[in-house]
Amino acid sequence: MTRDQIAEELPNLAESKLTALVVDDSFVNQTIHQKLLNRLGIENDVVTNGKEAVDVYCSGRNYDLILMDMDMPIMNGIQATKRLREMGIESKIAGVTTRANEGEKKEFMEAGLNDFQEKPLTISKLLSILHKLNFYVQT
Amino acid sequence: MQREVALIKQSLFDQGYLDEQFMELEELQDDANPNFVEEVSALYFKDSARLINNIDQALERGTFDFNRLDSYMHQFKGSSTSIGASKVKAECTTFREYCRAGNAEGCLRTFQQLKKEHSTLRKKLEHYFQLARQAGPKETARRPK
Repeated sequence: MTRDQIAEELPNLAESKLTALVVDDSFVNQTIHQKLLNRLGIENDVVTNGKEAVDVYCSGRNYDLILMDMDMPIMNGIQATKRLREMGIESKIAGVTTRANEGEKKEFMEAGLNDFQEKPLTISKLLSILHKLNFYVQT
Repeated sequence: MQREVALIKQSLFDQGYLDEQFMELEELQDDANPNFVEEVSALYFKDSARLINNIDQALERGTFDFNRLDSYMHQFKGSSTSIGASKVKAECTTFREYCRAGNAEGCLRTFQQLKKEHSTLRKKLEHYFQLARQAGPKETARRPK
């Protein structure tokens, strides 16, 4: 997808200066997700598990969007999502995982997700997340 | 040479080694990251070598902790899916089915097949990337218009 095509999809994206946090223990997925976000002009950081995500927020950082993997050591995506919501964090959280059976998806959503996408993430799926979470809407 | 590169790539898809996720990664290549797919591929093979080693050690112990094996294979399947390594992903799925069934022999047999597919893919991709680099930036940094 060219930048022009992306701009047609999300006309306000270029000026929105969105930020995102990638939470995933796989270096392969971290690299891909960061590249996808970079392609859409979304500034981003990465951490390797749920606890690091919570720590980042405790340090005062904030992000518009969190891409949260489910299976991670130390603190998984479900635990991290619950903890962030308990802390009052209102960032949009999109669960991104290979686990796609209804029960696992339901448990993850109920932890406090705003959206859910099955891995592997692609430009189309990321755009779908942004659409669903109204990031393209000019307020 | 560019035609040769294209033919090699096509055969990787036709023979089922790679799926459309690999193409998604290629779409992300641009002037800023002209070798993005090769870099991700290198990360994958480094990561998967570690997982293969862990699983080898776990299987050598002979105690068959199916939960641990399944956990390793879940990671392996995840990264294989992310790079579009179709045959490797299929073997991961089969291995996990044997784990759930508590079938040690099935796990051992499948793991041998998985290592074979993994090694074959590695060699084929190394050859492909080497030729692509020789062919020049047109093939390695292609961004759709």
